[in-house]
Amino acid sequence: MKKFPYTPLQIAVHLYAWSGLVLLLFDYFTGNLSPNPIQDLEQRTGRHAITLLVLSLLCTPINTIFKWSEPLKRRRALGVYAFLYAAIHMIIFVDLDFGLAWSSVIKEVVEKPRLIVGVIAFILLIPLALTSFDIWKKRLGKNWKRLHQLVYLIAPLVFLHYIWSKKGDLLSLQGEVLKPMIYGLIIGIFLIFRIPPIRKALASFSTRSLALLNKKDPQPKVDTP
Amino acid sequence: MTSLFKTVPIRSSEITPKSVYLSRRDFMKAATLTTGAALLTACAPSVADASADEAPVPTSGATDELGDPVNSYSDITNYNNYYEFTVDKQQVADEAQGFSLAPWTVEVGGLVNNPKTFGIEDLLKLFPQEERIYRLRCVEAWSMVIPWTGFTLASLLEMVEPTSDAKYVRFETVFRPEEMPGQKSPFYPWPYQEGLRLDEAMNDLTLLATGLYGEPNVAQNGAPIRLVVPWKYGFKSIKSIVKIELVSEEPSTLWSNIASNEYGFYANVNPDVDHPRWSQASERRIGELNRRPTCPSTATANRSRICTTAWI
Ligand code: HEM
Repeated sequence: MKKFPYTPLQIAVHLYAWSGLVLLLFDYFTGNLSPNPIQDLEQRTGRHAITLLVLSLLCTPINTIFKWSEPLKRRRALGVYAFLYAAIHMIIFVDLDFGLAWSSVIKEVVEKPRLIVGVIAFILLIPLALTSFDIWKKRLGKNWKRLHQLVYLIAPLVFLHYIWSKKGDLLSLQGEVLKPMIYGLIIGIFLIFRIPPIRKALASFSTRSLALLNKKDPQPKVDTP
Repeated sequence: MTSLFKTVPIRSSEITPKSVYLSRRDFMKAATLTTGAALLTACAPSVADASADEAPVPTSGATDELGDPVNSYSDITNYNNYYEFTVDKQQVADEAQGFSLAPWTVEVGGLVNNPKTFGIEDLLKLFPQEERIYRLRCVEAWSMVIPWTGFTLASLLEMVEPTSDAKYVRFETVFRPEEMPGQKSPFYPWPYQEGLRLDEAMNDLTLLATGLYGEPNVAQNGAPIRLVVPWKYGFKSIKSIVKIELVSEEPSTLWSNIASNEYGFYANVNPDVDHPRWSQASERRIGELNRRPTCPSTATANRSRICTTAWI
């Protein structure tokens, strides 16, 4: 018998990614969106997008710390899903919320820095999504990796877009800032992990501790990208 | 595609019966905007059906002065900004279940000749309760039409006789973190406080609301007694009031303490003054899909029909 071709993590990733849309559709058809349904759709797709984005960032540190390399293989799917939800989010804003009244949309965006930031993040996500196919990975070679490091710029932008969308004050951290701050903190930690000396220290530290745990020779299996 | 805004130039209900006008652009209304009974029955027969039937019916005409219908009881009581309970508008009703409404007193004092603490039952007896149908316009750019019952703040203030030094009125919400979990959050300078200039407080439109849809207020809507200032953004209309104080200086308010550039003291509904977070030019009436032009406070105050003019 052939081996079941999907790993549990793979299944979990796809199930989680689709759950956002499925739950939205379910609530839509059962009349369980909020009394302000467009805002509800807008916010929920936005949150699902940022969550998927953060999960995609989680893959590298998991590999660095636990020497578990499978998440690296799921990173691309998570990123593409993040883009898809961001695209739905954007379409909801332009179409459902503003009824494709482009002059109003543009006026709204240019007046609101939080929306400019969201739009920049979205635009930056486009090339990443477009080049997420194997053929592009091969064609771009080393540049592919460089291009996809853009995500470390995109994530903070999305965080800013999120926290700025909530009532409160960014600087004094007063108001509805708790949830966005949790995302911000996670993104911040990932960014710190990217700093080369820290990454090296982290990798060797975890190699040593894992070795201690396993009483084996340190054997880093996969290099972090 | 042309703008959806343009397809609904004025209140469509003026031209077309509401039912027709809704079904014309019902691409998702049916599933999402009916507050309940029909759809819930169709998709998931449930108890929600029964509770929708029991929703109280407003006592007088069920439209505001512009002819717009009042929002459903279920929308009004299940979509609440009441951060003392939770920031999740749909969860407020649940979180507010255990909130105790009795005994309740309102302390009225400060620069007045007759300071007095009223029990809520005294207020209900002393002041004739009347129905007022007002638009509630949230700074988040959505609005509802709500049939309140209550009495004017002016009538209460006349009873306590503000002194000549009194220039402003300051209001305070109950502080009860054990019943209001949101008040445990360190991100807000609790308790909620708000204020009005004395002349605004004395305006005949300014209401102390004790009821909704002809029934006593429910906790999630600010029971037992809350302010309603129909020409100002919703955050001015402080809920569950325990203290009213006449003061000489402009009182500080919770939201302006958090972000003074966004939540000014006056906060009159004004489509032309933009808010850094939400455009105020348009709003979404809960229960409708398309945005509509924001009804400016001047129109509310003058009861004029200016806000029904076409907008884009
Ligand atoms: C074209 C670009 C974008 C536009 C026009 C846009 C628009 C908006 C708007 C209008 C809101 C506020 C909704 C409301 O509170 O009523 C919002 C919130 C949000 N957006 Fe975006 N957005 C864009 C890109 C993105 C991207 C790329 C992400 C994530 C990957 C994202 C994630 C979020 C999140 C997490 C929220 C907060 C949701 C909440 O309130 O819980 N947005 N966006």
